[in-house]
Parts: sequence; structure tokens; C-alpha cells
Amino acid sequence: MGERLRRTMMFVPGNNPGMVKDAYIYKCDSIMFDLEDSVLLSEKDAARYLVYNSLRAIDYGNKELVVRINNPRSECGIMDIKAMVASKIDVIRLPKTENVEDVLICESEIAKAEEQFNIEKGSIKMMAAIESAEGVLNAREIAKASKRLIAIAFGAEDYVTDLKTTRYEDGVELMFARSMILHAARAAKIDALDTVYSDLNNEEGLRKEVLLIKKLGFDGKSIINPRQIDPIVEIFTPTKKEIEKALEIMDAIEDAESKKSGVISLRGKMIDMPIVLRAQRTIQLAKAARVL
Amino acid sequence: MITRNIDNLPKFGKLDGIHPLFTNEKIYKDIKSCKEREEFESKVLYSIEEAIDKAKLKDGMTISFHHHFRDGDFVLNKVMDVIAKKGIKDLTLAASSLLSVHAPLVGHLKSGVVTRIETSGMRGELADAVSTGLLDIPVVFRSHGGRAYAIKNGDIKIDVAFLGAPSCDSFGNANGYSREHDNGIICGSLGYAKTDALYAGCVVVLTDNLVPFPNVPAGISQSDVDYVVKVDAIGDPNGIMSGATRFTKNPKELLIAETTAEVIEHSGVFTDGFSFQIGSGGASLATARFLKEKMLKKNIKADFVLGGITGEIVKLHEEGLIKKILDVQSFDLEAANSLKNNRFHQQISAYYYASPNNLGTAVNQLDVVVLSALEVDVNFNVNVLTGSDGSIIGAIGGHQDTAAGASVSIVVCPLTRGRIASVVDVVNTVVTPGKTIDIIVTDQGVAINPNRKDLIERLSKIDINLTTIEKLRDKAVSLVGKAKSIEYTDKVVGIVTYRDGSIIDLIYQVKESIDQIY
Repeated sequence: MGERLRRTMMFVPGNNPGMVKDAYIYKCDSIMFDLEDSVLLSEKDAARYLVYNSLRAIDYGNKELVVRINNPRSECGIMDIKAMVASKIDVIRLPKTENVEDVLICESEIAKAEEQFNIEKGSIKMMAAIESAEGVLNAREIAKASKRLIAIAFGAEDYVTDLKTTRYEDGVELMFARSMILHAARAAKIDALDTVYSDLNNEEGLRKEVLLIKKLGFDGKSIINPRQIDPIVEIFTPTKKEIEKALEIMDAIEDAESKKSGVISLRGKMIDMPIVLRAQRTIQLAKAARVL
Repeated sequence: MITRNIDNLPKFGKLDGIHPLFTNEKIYKDIKSCKEREEFESKVLYSIEEAIDKAKLKDGMTISFHHHFRDGDFVLNKVMDVIAKKGIKDLTLAASSLLSVHAPLVGHLKSGVVTRIETSGMRGELADAVSTGLLDIPVVFRSHGGRAYAIKNGDIKIDVAFLGAPSCDSFGNANGYSREHDNGIICGSLGYAKTDALYAGCVVVLTDNLVPFPNVPAGISQSDVDYVVKVDAIGDPNGIMSGATRFTKNPKELLIAETTAEVIEHSGVFTDGFSFQIGSGGASLATARFLKEKMLKKNIKADFVLGGITGEIVKLHEEGLIKKILDVQSFDLEAANSLKNNRFHQQISAYYYASPNNLGTAVNQLDVVVLSALEVDVNFNVNVLTGSDGSIIGAIGGHQDTAAGASVSIVVCPLTRGRIASVVDVVNTVVTPGKTIDIIVTDQGVAINPNRKDLIERLSKIDINLTTIEKLRDKAVSLVGKAKSIEYTDKVVGIVTYRDGSIIDLIYQVKESIDQIY
């Protein structure tokens, strides 16, 4: 449970100036500029140049800025890392992470670039996307592979192909991967982000899926269009009842502290640490959704 | 009338009618049945040429058309071709608006058939030709209300109005739909045509659909119609309107719409019984949907919606959220059908809608209007007429009228379009004066006219990105840079009038249009 909420991470194709220039106007928590799959090979340089200059010229406000780079084992990926580190991006997202080595290679390139551009060591964070059976099985080690990692994310499209299945509406084919990735993230005390929901015009389907991943424990979801922000935020926003309960719990803690009482109780029930943590999380989500 | 011995009465005066129509000799009893009159005394003609002859159209006169058929209109081009063939010249064309479909007018301008144009706006080839200086006499642009006012006070004296109608009976009762069937051309309201029918010297209705008398309730009444011309086709349904105006999926427009609804909710006028008008553009139209949620949540109903009507508004009306619709122009099939079928969806004339001089101009009863803009400047002046290359590309419509009339006037526009800034230092063409614009909603923030301290106070309290117009301009410049200024010659090609006919700006000939460069 970090300081930052990552309910919605919005994909923005790195080669689309119209979308790159004002992606901050939408109410997503993070913006993820894509240099990888949404950019044609012939446009890789142009996209990198565009995102680099936009990051330097445009004030994206308080959004968390993420960039999805190309394979760091390729020249293109190394160039991406250099440019993005130089532009002081918040987070570099590593695609198709299979194992710990993938993370370490990326990390060492980031470290090199930090040194080259005189940027505080370790300031650029990482996120690893897991998109294959191998990656899912290694999720536990991947999540712990670097101190830079703030989250691991699930990419389902490549994953289902790898599994020799396709995507179904109930998401049963993703159950294992989602559970595995979530546990790996929690064990490493980092965030877990769910895959995109690509049927843009099916809001009901999106809502179902978001409800599911919220129940599982995910922090949020990657999105492909600003239209997906409101339904997700709505589902992640605590209800009035939940907020009231959380506030009561926080009051009870304060009350107990002022009385220097070691035992905290509310209406005769003992409040222990997990309950406090959940209440804090509820309040954080409520504040972020501006309902508190 | 009857035989009498005295011509004068003390105190009363002369025993003559003031405008006697019937004297002893002229009193007669007509014993024809209605069907017989329909056959022998009807106003129906079977060629446009005959109508032009009977209307006694001559060189130098003023003719008018409506634009309810939009880009599906056949009437204007057909009539102009016949007029040209007859060798009539030097006409003033006073159309309610002109669109891309009217490109053949360029030929009639070149040959001198038409030498003056009065319109709300123009697009396409015609607009390009005018922008580059084809006409010697500048085009006069008027708002819908301004045009109605000019017609009423005689500034525009229409000699012959040629008005297309999707249905008409042989006595001239005309409508924008047909009660006989659901096929064929349908345009809904005949609002702009109603004003012409009322004031033109001679009124010719053109229809492809003669229906039995009485075609009522009528958009245009038989008492105003001189002739009815039966023609094969008056328009192309596809160009007139599509099924329903589509709800935008553009996230930027949705963002603007959501913010606009939020602004309306907290503007102070959002109470039960309020009224509003919204355009058919993406962001304005989407505002209706967000507003609906707020109306349901707060149990607020609107007493009426005014102006150009879309299916979105009709839905709200049918759901009971809007009590009445005052329709000057129906934008889509759903709106047109609603006018036909819903009792409290009424058509109104441009004069009733927006004329600045009359005793009950409907725009003055408006609480909120949501308008679009090509450009807004730091003084809140709005341009809806000329594009970023200086050419004419739009129309005034009811912009000036509703901005002045509504308690709260909101302009919605994206901060930039492609690489062009929409919030600038000075607009190319001032169409609607900043004094009458209260709020600008962009994707990057909301700016309120400093004159409206009440609105600033109210909207400061809510969670929107409130900024100033200067900051919006700066933001636009920081994103797309400052555009090179447009080069004009000294020749005036357009006169932009305000609602009362006073001149608010001039449009000059552009030196090189983009098309000429490439």
C-alpha cells in the first residue's frame, strides 16, 4: 500500500502528438506513454523523441508518469531507457518480463543512464509487466528482484495466447495468473495492476471485470481510453457506509491515544491492526475520489 | 354595403370601410364545394417558371430561401437555375443560411444573376469564393434573430420567398413533415421559413407532396401563401438529416460536456422549472446527457428547451424531464418526428425565437445556453464565422441572440484543435461580443467573465478547474505556439452585423487561401 493510488493507468500511444500533448486533462492516476506495441517499428525513434520532448516541455501536473519501453536487450530498448531517464520519467515499465534477469538487465541500464545524466541514483522507479506462463510462475521472484519496483502488472493478451486459450467474459482463464501476480506483489509489498479491458463500448463488461479484480485485491487497472476512468474510479470509491465506519475507527484510535489506552475498542469490539489499515485505505480512496 | 340614403353620421363620420373589399357590385356568393375550389381555385402550379412569372420576379429584387433542408436542399439550386435561364439579374439573395450544397451559386454570382447576399453563414466552395473576393458587394451576415428583425423592420424587403416544404395542401398549408405517411422528406420545424412567409411580398411554397386540405396544424399557414409549386423532388433525405444525432465518444468532448453540466448545476439557475438551449455539436449535445443525470438526482424538471432540437432533447421530453419544446430547427429525424407527434413540441418562427425588438423574444426567457465557438479571445469575444486561415467557414446562427438573452451563456470549445489555439488574444472576427458571454468551458479549465462576479463566487466553491481566460490563452500558446497572423487585402468581403443590424466587424479578403498555396 504505497502513498500513491494507481486505480487507473492510461495508455497513450507515444507516437500520437494529439494524445501525448494533453493526456493530463483526464482524471486518471497514472499516464503510461507507450513506446512498445502501439508504435510501428518505423516510428520508434519518432515516438521516443516526441515523448522525451513532451515530458520536458509539458506540465503533466501530479500524474504519475510511466513509459512502456521496448525490450531492454535491444538497441531500441536501451535508447528508450536513456531518453526516458534523461527526461526524469517517474516509472519505466518493462514489458514481457519472464524472469529476474530481465528485471536486472533493465535495472542496470537505468542505473547507467542515471549516472550518465547526473540523476539521483535509484530515483527512477520500475514496473514489470508479466505477460506469459513463465512470467506468471516467476512472479514471486520478479516482484522482489529490484528495489526500484513499485508494481507488477498483468498483460493478458499475450498470456492467453501463451496458454493456448482466449479471453472469456467471466475471466476464468485468468484466475490463476491474477491470483499469482497479486500474491507476488503483496509478498513484495508492491502494487498489483490488472490488464486492460479492450472492449471499449462494453461498459457493463468493464464494470464486472473491475469489480472482480477489486474483490481479488488489485490496486487498479490499465486502461486504453479516458472513457474507462469514471466506471473504475466509481467502483474503487468506498461507499458512504464504508467511509463512515472508517472514520469511526480512526476516531476510536485517536480517542484511545489521547487516553493513553493500549486497547482500542469500538462499540465493544476490539480494533486490531488489519482493521486500522483497511480503514486508512478506505479513507485514502475516498479522499482520492473527492467524496471525503 | 346596403343601399342607404346617408353617407355620414354625426360624430361617427363617413359610412365607408377604411379598406373596403366588398362593394355592392362585388358582393358575391361562392357556391363551389371545397373539393371544387381545390380543383379550380387552388394555388397549385406545376412549374417553377410559372411561379416566377406569376410572382413577377424582376431584376434587382430580393428573393429568400430557408435552410431547413441543410445539405440535402434541392430547392435553392433548382429555383436559381430557372431564374438564371429567364435572364433575371442583379438579385439580392436573402437566405436564412447557405451550405456546401449551394456551391452552384458561384456560377450565378459570376454571371451577375445574384449580386448581393444576406445570410447567417456559408460553407464550402461558395464560402471560399466569397472569402477570396468574388463578389463586389460584401455579404451581409446576420444572426437568426437579426435577420427576423431586419425582415420585420424592412431592412430586408423580401419580394419573393421560395420555401420548400415536405407537405403542403393546395391552399398553402405547409409542414416540415407529412401527416399522410412516414416516408419521404422530413425536416421538422419550418421556423426560419415561417418568418419569410409572414413578411415576403409573394410566397411560393415548393413541395413534392401535395396533401388533402387542411394540412394542419401547419408550419406555414395558407393565409400567407400565394402559390404552391408541385415539383418532383425538393431534397435528398440523407443530406437533410441522419437518423439521430450521434452521441459523441470523443473523450475530450465528453470531458468538456461533463464539466459544463457541473457548471450549469452550480450556476444558480439550475432549479425546478429552469430552461435551456444546447447546440448539436459533440460537446454541447453530450452536455444534455450529463445534465439529465443531475436533473434526475435533484428531481429538477425543465419548463422548456429552446432553439435547434435533437433526439437527445426529445428523449428528455418524453421521459418527462422537459415539459415543452420550442423548436426553430429540428436537427435530426427523432426531433422532426417528435414535432409531428408530441403535442408540447411546438415549432416557432425565427422572429418569435430571437428577434431583438419584439415583445416576447423567446431567447430572453432562457436560463442557460450552451454554445460552441471556433475562437474565443481574452475579452470573451467569440468567432463562429471565420476559420484559422481567415476564410468564411461557419454561420452566426442564434449565437448572438441566445448569448444576449440567456441568464447564463456558456461557450464550450477545446483549448486547441490540432495545432490551432482556440483561445487567443484577438479573434479573427468578432461575432458575439464578450459582454454577452459568461463562461468558457475548455478541456483545460473553465474561465468566467470577470463581469459575472456572482458566477465566479458560486463556481469557486466547487471542484472544477477554475482559471482565467488569460491563463487559458497562455496554456494554448505553450502547447501549440503562436500562429502567424493571416494576411488580408483591403477589400471587404463580409459585413458582420449584430442582432440589431449594427456592424460589429468586417471580414476582409484573404490574400492566399491555403488551397492556393498547395
